[in-house]
Amino acid sequence: MSAANSEIRYLTPINVDVKKKKYCRFKKNKIKYIDYKDPEFLKKFLNEQGKILPRRLTGTSLKYQRKVATAIKRARHLALLPYVTDLLK
Amino acid sequence: MTNQYETVFIMTPVLSEDQMKEAVSKFHKLLAEKGAEIVFENNWGLKKLAYPIQKKSTGFYYLIEFKADSTTVKDLEIAYKRDERILRFLTIKLDKHSMAYNEKKRSDKPKVQKTEA
Repeated sequence: MSAANSEIRYLTPINVDVKKKKYCRFKKNKIKYIDYKDPEFLKKFLNEQGKILPRRLTGTSLKYQRKVATAIKRARHLALLPYVTDLLK
Repeated sequence: MTNQYETVFIMTPVLSEDQMKEAVSKFHKLLAEKGAEIVFENNWGLKKLAYPIQKKSTGFYYLIEFKADSTTVKDLEIAYKRDERILRFLTIKLDKHSMAYNEKKRSDKPKVQKTEA
């Protein structure tokens, strides 16, 4: 009986957060070059204000984060992406 | 040192179709004079700009890929700067990965057209 009491029971099963491991999509898909001429793809790495998302959110490796950044900056220069905006998506 | 470059420029939307072609041919001529070999070119047409440039909200985009000497790029960019029809330009050197990417993109496109036709 004592054993049954000590057992803590929850009404709803507690969420044990199994953190999904982030990965670099460029390494995984073996993408070597990031095209600045494709703004729709680059938008995946921007937040709603058009800022570049940090690596800790996207999971991109350092090598490719740098390439993403240059691609975005080139796209901005050619007015394919905005420098500042609201509600990009 | 010969490299492969890619240049994109934006022309003002006030140009007519013929004026636009004339502007493009001017840069073609300049590249030809410098002994550049044009690998690929693509007219993106009139596109909306993400933000206004010189109070214009649209522009004609044009892309040229060429093989040339590094000094050619300097002359080309000076020509861009002197030309009032050009709103923006960008010239980049292509490395082996970007060349492979462009090559693939080009070889993919005709396939799509073939299946449609």
